[in-house]
Amino acid sequence: MVDMRMVQTPAPGTQPDFHYPPYLSSVVRSPRMPLVLLPQALAECAGPVFGHNIVGALDHDLAAHHGGDPIGERIIVQGRVLDEDGRPVPHALVEVWQANAAGRYRHKVDQCNMPLDPNFSGAGRTITDAHGYYLFRSIKPGPYPWKNHHNAWRPAHIHFSLFGAGILSRLVTQMYFPGDPLQPLDPIFNSIADEKARNRLISQLDMNRSEPEHALAYSFDIVLRGSQDTPFEEPRK
Amino acid sequence: MKLTPSGSQTVGPYFRIGLQHLCDSDAQRAADVDTVTVHGTVIDANGVPVSDAMLEIWHADRDGRYDAGLPDASGRPACFTRAATDDEGSFRFTIVRPGAVPGESGIRQAPHIAVLVFARGLLRHLITRMYFPDEAANSSDPVLQSIPEKRRRTLIAERDSHRPGTLEWNVVLQGDDETVFFAW
Repeated sequence: MVDMRMVQTPAPGTQPDFHYPPYLSSVVRSPRMPLVLLPQALAECAGPVFGHNIVGALDHDLAAHHGGDPIGERIIVQGRVLDEDGRPVPHALVEVWQANAAGRYRHKVDQCNMPLDPNFSGAGRTITDAHGYYLFRSIKPGPYPWKNHHNAWRPAHIHFSLFGAGILSRLVTQMYFPGDPLQPLDPIFNSIADEKARNRLISQLDMNRSEPEHALAYSFDIVLRGSQDTPFEEPRK
Repeated sequence: MKLTPSGSQTVGPYFRIGLQHLCDSDAQRAADVDTVTVHGTVIDANGVPVSDAMLEIWHADRDGRYDAGLPDASGRPACFTRAATDDEGSFRFTIVRPGAVPGESGIRQAPHIAVLVFARGLLRHLITRMYFPDEAANSSDPVLQSIPEKRRRTLIAERDSHRPGTLEWNVVLQGDDETVFFAW
């Protein structure tokens, strides 16, 4: 459960606006009426509690879901999930999805002419440990074209979905890779006006956690809204 | 010192790859005695159905409690479900009907569900509520009553005259009939 007295209104520019014309599909899909502020005593503070059975033993290893190795650069993506006070969020469900190394999603809507990889589905999930730590193994996704504007390409990214201690901690975001020259051109990345906040969505190369002759590691810490007023309950059997 | 929460980004059009596993998880609950099925459409400013939206539904149990739900053997939480829209922008979910929520300092809330809306085009998700029709407690619900009457109806489902026991509730992302969304 989240103590809503500890939840702060996002600082200006640290969250995207709903209506951001450079991202075309936001124009007709974003509300225009002012959002209604719920009195704090009436807001939902609790949230769904997931059991550890929600994830299987290999769900965190996107490179091990088929008979063979997927094509691409092997990567480890890991980090910590924290609340606004910097306390780890344990037992948080983290779900990820991504394109393959060629920039193609295994989804019927993605009809770009990049090849599918029979050894890569691009979905994973895990639950943070007692210290808020998570780890995925995967391959680095490729950039891919989209139709937002002429010659539009998304920088390489992995989609992240997280459940914290309460429903108001819910976060869906995207993790980017360091040094990607497509980032300054991308309207979705740039929808976060504050440069520091925007750059926190870029993971960092972490040679200490990389595995020699096997995989490069990227670190990505995530901060969820709110402050946990009580320790998380132990996972239930 | 407070940390700045991570910025939100859209789920994009391909969220089913990662999030499908919890979609339509209500099927197992359909046999329960006191369930209600809700269907509707997500539409944009032009009335065009949104075929790549996802709703997350979170609600109290039949006694109005949020903290009583334990995950089942599969690890799925009680009182939570996901429903993605189909090619026609339609969604459907079945839930255990929630009870009225006893609040602090005597504030009692009418039965309702919290609904999070995700879609391509939404850089942040939206939060709204769905209330039940013909529910006497609606007239004294502090949230409903705080909203002007013209917009209040966007939060209240309607009975589906063609399918008894089924409710219809639509999500309008923008326009004259725009659904009431709450700040977060």
